Amino acid sequence: MRESKILTIAYYTFLEATRNRLVWLVVGFVIIGFGLSQFVAEIAIAESATFQSSFLAAVLRFFAVFTIALFVITSMVREFDDKGLELVLSLPIPRYHYLLGKLLGFSALAVMTAVVCGLVLLVHAPPGQVALWVFSLSCELLIVTALSLLCLFTLNQVTLALSAVMAFYLLSRSIEAMQLMARNPIVNTDSMSQRLIERFVDGVAFLLPDLARFTSTDWLVYHTGDWQAALPIATQTVVYLALLAGAALFDLYRKNL
Amino acid sequence: MKLSNFWYPQTRARSVKFVPIPVLVLLAAGLVAQLSWHASRPAPSASAADLPAPPSLDALRLSALGDPVAASRMLMLWLQAYDNQPGVSIPFRNLDYARVANWLDRILGLDPRGQYPLIAASRIYALVNDPERQRYILDFVYRKFFEDPNRRWPWLAHAAIVAKHTLGDLPLALEYAKALSDNATGPGVPNWARDMAVVILEEMGELEAATVMAGYLLESGRVTAPHERRYLMEKLEALKRRQAGAQPE
Repeated sequence: MRESKILTIAYYTFLEATRNRLVWLVVGFVIIGFGLSQFVAEIAIAESATFQSSFLAAVLRFFAVFTIALFVITSMVREFDDKGLELVLSLPIPRYHYLLGKLLGFSALAVMTAVVCGLVLLVHAPPGQVALWVFSLSCELLIVTALSLLCLFTLNQVTLALSAVMAFYLLSRSIEAMQLMARNPIVNTDSMSQRLIERFVDGVAFLLPDLARFTSTDWLVYHTGDWQAALPIATQTVVYLALLAGAALFDLYRKNL
Repeated sequence: MKLSNFWYPQTRARSVKFVPIPVLVLLAAGLVAQLSWHASRPAPSASAADLPAPPSLDALRLSALGDPVAASRMLMLWLQAYDNQPGVSIPFRNLDYARVANWLDRILGLDPRGQYPLIAASRIYALVNDPERQRYILDFVYRKFFEDPNRRWPWLAHAAIVAKHTLGDLPLALEYAKALSDNATGPGVPNWARDMAVVILEEMGELEAATVMAGYLLESGRVTAPHERRYLMEKLEALKRRQAGAQPE
């Protein structure tokens, strides 16, 4: 019974995405991205195939992240504005059912987006490498989905929530490089400020998912991926989803409807 | 105004006591799991990446999204900072100078009026402590000079100075100085730049050639400033006296 309520909410969340023609947007962008990558390959003077696959993978990954975040946030804002949240919670449904249902529905959409993006990459890379890339992108999108929900519950506005998600995403992808730069400055002064910066960056890194190790273009270009890389990615995803879901539930339960 | 009213402007947030215990446990467990997971992961390690070969100019123009000048500036900063990658510093002598020159060439292609790639070539990359690399990058400046001599003459002049003082290669410095004198004929080119060839020839002991060069500059009509004509005439006289065995002034 509990599962059926969660699944029902998830189903209608997914249905909303399909009726919003989001799937067609994804398919359309994949086709345009593929066409652009063909064009880029034509003007590359060397390594055109690898240039093509890396360009396509980078474009698709960013598009998927941006689209999913935008859809989750705008869909939830509409739900708030239409009083859908109040309607659902006026029924004998606990708040966590609502959140898990939404998360499940959006997650299905995220996985589907990753799979559609991966299909076109099969033209350029071996299926095993593409499968690993799709798995990793799915995990990345699951984190972005949960984060988008949390940001909207907390910030209540599209602009603030989307900015926060994008800032978080970019920071998570670049935090490893920031750590290395903080640990090995150009001028090694060993000053208090340098140590403080290093500690601060390390502290921030503790709270962020290690997205720099997710969805590597190397796998598609140099075929270096193996499924051993999937375990840390899956673990990080589960751990971070638990944290984000807990924080989102905390905010949802405190909401005064 | 309470902080909770800032986050929830329409309705006040409920107290934390409305949050079920399992949710608080999930939040705390998630936080602990994240901190533990991060602590258990290996620390990031720095590894130097080789400078990749640049894509074609067309590909770069496409990537510039219609703003090649801004793209050239960004690429230049990226290239300039390439020796300082996160966590590791690469000495210039370990950089592949053929690739560096190719990148500079592409960046210059994106913004031909831009001076930065030639400044970087003559003032940054040419200071590497490796004569072979120095010659390679100076040759790049020399080749690119001919595409726009009246704008790019300062960097060839700098290349001539590097060739003379750092490499100690006077014939190379003379080649650059002559190219500058013959090709940079615009009004913005100062006289000292045009006279460099005379000075280098004199230093090389090629007094006859220096005399011919000074005479050529005077007769070409390109030197019009009275003080510069006077300087060249005095130089010409001094060279003639040296040739005749007299002591220079």
